[in-house]
Amino acid sequence: MTTDTAPGKPLLPAPRPTGPSRFAARICGHALVLFARAITAVHAEWRGVAPTPRQRVYFANHVSNADMPMIWTVLPPHLRKQTRPVAAADYWLTSRLRAFAGAGIFRAVLIDRRPEARSEDPMAAINQALDAGDSLIIFPEGLRNQGPEPLQKFKSGLYSIAQSHPGVELVPTWIANLNSVMPKGEIIPLPLMCSIIFGEPVALREGEERRAFLDRAAAALLALKPEDPE
Amino acid sequence: MSPILHDIALLALGTGLVLLTVTIIGEQMRRRRPASDPGVEIFMARVDSWWAMAITFTLAMLAGRWAVILIFAIASFAALREFFTYSARTKADHLSLAIAFYLLLPAQFLFVYFDMQRLFAVFIPVYAFLLLPFVAVLRGSTERFLRRVSETQWGLMIAVFCLSHIPALMWLERPGADGAATGRGMLLIAFLVLVVQAGDLADFHIGRRFGRRQIARGLSPKTWAGALGGMAVAGAMGMILSWVTPFGPLEAAAMAVVASASGQIGNLVLRAIKRDRGLRDWSHLIPGQGGFLDQLDSVIFAAPAFFHLTRLWWMSA
Repeated sequence: MTTDTAPGKPLLPAPRPTGPSRFAARICGHALVLFARAITAVHAEWRGVAPTPRQRVYFANHVSNADMPMIWTVLPPHLRKQTRPVAAADYWLTSRLRAFAGAGIFRAVLIDRRPEARSEDPMAAINQALDAGDSLIIFPEGLRNQGPEPLQKFKSGLYSIAQSHPGVELVPTWIANLNSVMPKGEIIPLPLMCSIIFGEPVALREGEERRAFLDRAAAALLALKPEDPE
Repeated sequence: MSPILHDIALLALGTGLVLLTVTIIGEQMRRRRPASDPGVEIFMARVDSWWAMAITFTLAMLAGRWAVILIFAIASFAALREFFTYSARTKADHLSLAIAFYLLLPAQFLFVYFDMQRLFAVFIPVYAFLLLPFVAVLRGSTERFLRRVSETQWGLMIAVFCLSHIPALMWLERPGADGAATGRGMLLIAFLVLVVQAGDLADFHIGRRFGRRQIARGLSPKTWAGALGGMAVAGAMGMILSWVTPFGPLEAAAMAVVASASGQIGNLVLRAIKRDRGLRDWSHLIPGQGGFLDQLDSVIFAAPAFFHLTRLWWMSA
């Protein structure tokens, strides 16, 4: 699995889910939840918020392609229905199967990460989804973290959301241990236990600078990281 | 009704009656207290888990050998996952851990199913022990090498090798008058689990109330009085249940005492590992009990000793 795509490769059109394909997506969604639970026994810890149907943006650390499906798995079904992951169009629209998974199963808000190839402002799609009342899952680090640092610098998207939608709760969401389930370059997932920790929401303070806010949000997320046993 | 069905039904009925009594007592405690008491709630969660385990195990016994082996293979998988989640490993161990989960574990339970007793006894302690470090070394990383391979082997020994002795108890039966298998070996599993559980429960309650001298200070509140009381209760339970075993009442009691003692040792040892890793419970998978390793720690340690003693008794009889 890799997110690297050729820079100019044309993307498939985002599929419009029809009746039968929507049904198939629902079935596959349930199968995926069962599979994720069977392998990783993934467990949600609602430390800073309760699983209530408020409009939220869950912002999480990004170590693997399975991050988003894991958060999606632990959300209770009534929250899952109103939550959409923000995902890269230049990954999810490169094959039929991915397009079905991304647009059909997860109903992802697809944005193009390649500034040179995109026609639309990526924030427009995000704002549109928020205006429609959806909750979102985002990965403010942008690319998957493959370095030694636990968390990379946040990109600005989270700040724009905080500015434009002050009523939406920004919930730091730490994904623990998933990296050992399937490190980069491995094909077989290891059945190790993972947990998803939801922290206390972070809100933009009056007059807070962009970088200061982003760093504070990152610190709130990192504070959820469980200590290594070593 | 065949004799084995008759015994399974009687055992299930007895266990069901005990659980029913406990459930009724719990519900009454719940009703008497105005606010919800966390102690009572944990107790009730435990009782619910016992119900689930008793029903699952009874159904598995009715379904036959394969089902009993399957549920212990699943328990082994969950226990191994709990152990390896917190064991020392690096990316270089990915393949050896995958082999442990997807090849060694199923193989060990297939040996039980296909009655391959020799391989069952040496596969993990000898061959996995020698070959897994080789797989780990292929990746070239020597960082904390001895520690990584030791902990991997430990996980396999506890969660797969020792645990697989529970279903292997099914081997220990005499053919019936017509020379066919009677299935009575399954009842030995129920015997082992029930006496060890009874011993643990008695240890907990007696130890908290009357015990003074702790066995492992700073690690566990377990006391000598609790441990001895647990063994005594296990022995009594063994005597009551001797009709499901090939043993006489006194022999059954002695076996139960030994099983309870080795079970309590297992409880202490696994608690030390948990403490070292900063854990309270291995996982959250069994409501009120923690993880599979929390639930099975004593039975896992008791099984090999019980298995070998029973076989020894068999050979001398």
